[in-house]
Amino acid sequence: MNTVVTIAALTLQEASRRRVLRSLAVLTCVLLALSAWGFARLDAEFGGLTSGEAKIAGSTVLNLVMFGFSLIAALGTAFLAGPTLSGEVESGIALAMMTRPIRRSSVLAGKWLGLVAFGAGFVTAAGSAQFVIVRLTVGYWPPHPVTGLALLAGQTAALLTLGLLFSTVISPMASGIVAVGLFGATWIAGVVGSVGDALGNPSVAMVGTVSRMLLPTDGLWRGAMNSFQDPALLAQVGSGAEESPFLSMAPLTGAYLAWAAIWTALVLGLAALSFQRRDL
Amino acid sequence: MDPVTQSPAVWVSHLRKRYRKRTAVDGVSFTVGRGEVVGLLGPNGAGKTSVIKMMLGLVRPDAGEVMLLGQPNTDPRSRQRVGYLPELFRYQPWLTADEVLALHVRLTGLKVSDRERRENLALVGLADRSRDRVGGFSKGMQQRLGLAVALVARPELVVLDEPTSALDPLGRADVRDLLLSLRQRGVAVLLNSHLIGEVERVCDRVVILDRGRVAAAGTLPELLGRRTLRLRLTEVTSSVLDRLQPTETDGDRYTVAMPDDVPALVADLVKLGVHVHAVEPARVSLEERLLDILRTHPGEQQ
Repeated sequence: MNTVVTIAALTLQEASRRRVLRSLAVLTCVLLALSAWGFARLDAEFGGLTSGEAKIAGSTVLNLVMFGFSLIAALGTAFLAGPTLSGEVESGIALAMMTRPIRRSSVLAGKWLGLVAFGAGFVTAAGSAQFVIVRLTVGYWPPHPVTGLALLAGQTAALLTLGLLFSTVISPMASGIVAVGLFGATWIAGVVGSVGDALGNPSVAMVGTVSRMLLPTDGLWRGAMNSFQDPALLAQVGSGAEESPFLSMAPLTGAYLAWAAIWTALVLGLAALSFQRRDL
Repeated sequence: MDPVTQSPAVWVSHLRKRYRKRTAVDGVSFTVGRGEVVGLLGPNGAGKTSVIKMMLGLVRPDAGEVMLLGQPNTDPRSRQRVGYLPELFRYQPWLTADEVLALHVRLTGLKVSDRERRENLALVGLADRSRDRVGGFSKGMQQRLGLAVALVARPELVVLDEPTSALDPLGRADVRDLLLSLRQRGVAVLLNSHLIGEVERVCDRVVILDRGRVAAAGTLPELLGRRTLRLRLTEVTSSVLDRLQPTETDGDRYTVAMPDDVPALVADLVKLGVHVHAVEPARVSLEERLLDILRTHPGEQQ
């Protein structure tokens, strides 16, 4: 356990010393400022909106901006996950470290924990700041902010775990690219699935369902969106909202959450197994 | 005595490793006794680094067993008192030299005071760079840091893979002194080095690898054979040759196995009417012996 904590702290220290934190903070501030300006314009331009319309606009744009943040968190940690493991193996940093009386699985768990803390910390800080901005500009506060942020953190964790698994077998850059490519593909498959739902075409809808099972990032993202948007919204907009990639029809089921947790644990276990067998 | 402390520092038995179709290590066995300094020699690609990596659990052997300080190397705790300087030495560039040492101490799980850590950095000549980031270090300084990392957790066994590859002559002399002081403190050392002179000066025993096999192993006197005596003689008759039984003759120069009593041999020769111009003891150097072993087929050697 001592090793896990030491490596997790080292991973966070690396992120801060390598100026990942600073660059991310600057990027986030720019995004927050832009979104604050956008929300303020929304309120000024459409001052005559009814409260219902304001909620639709607020919910949709909030989901859009949160998608941006989740993208940064997921891609950022996936790209951090690659170099932190296979990069250290390639450069030789791992050689002296791995001959200490430690288990490789502890090192992997430490890296994972550090990256999850990093991703979750980013999502929480940026997301909370965004909620405050939306509240101040259009007066909207999401119904389940904590659940939504937790699901976004879960999405980040799922993708970085996949990035770690890839980084035990392929080069640092390739592992980041493959993880991000799969993330994008699942999101698009999710949109295709919801179009299938809207058109009542079960085989097209199945595309989204299957991809959400194979990689739960899109499923968790849809759950997060559902927590951010106003519950009365869907009733008001009625049918036809299903195909919007920035509205979610239903909250996540307990079974799906359990699957996402099992999926992440399985992928982490596979990564540990693969790292254990790798010649350094 | 505790059987664990009685056991050798390293016990390697029939290690074997194949990388795809190429056999890198083929049935290597050797031991390093407690407090013994053993040199691992061999040409490039002989399997030296692969053997070291398998010993330390970095590479999975296809067959064979390794015990480190009395414990199987499959148990991470066997490496608690082991220090290692890899051939490819890189340390977290975003940490300072002192932070790298502190990290390794934490991972070892031992208590090592700040003072001891600083002493270690001073030992390798990095006392005034302890607060500098490793990213700004030259290769030589990184190798010195690697030595400090290998020594920081009070090791009983130190494995050094080409420890002087990036060092200047002064640094090499420092490492030689360091190795001698480790031997004095009873720390076992496995040294892989291309600098044969370095090995000859500090090692108690040598293991020579060639094409993944142990081509020869033993103490330096065992490997280098008996010392010889070189003589320059004239007026040599056949009865003198019977007395001398030279192993090598080149004109008036004769090489014989070192006799127990050199003055008696010289007196006999004079008595037989031989003119003795020069008498000097000689021994083959480790380099000559190594080249000799490597030029012969490894299967014919032991």
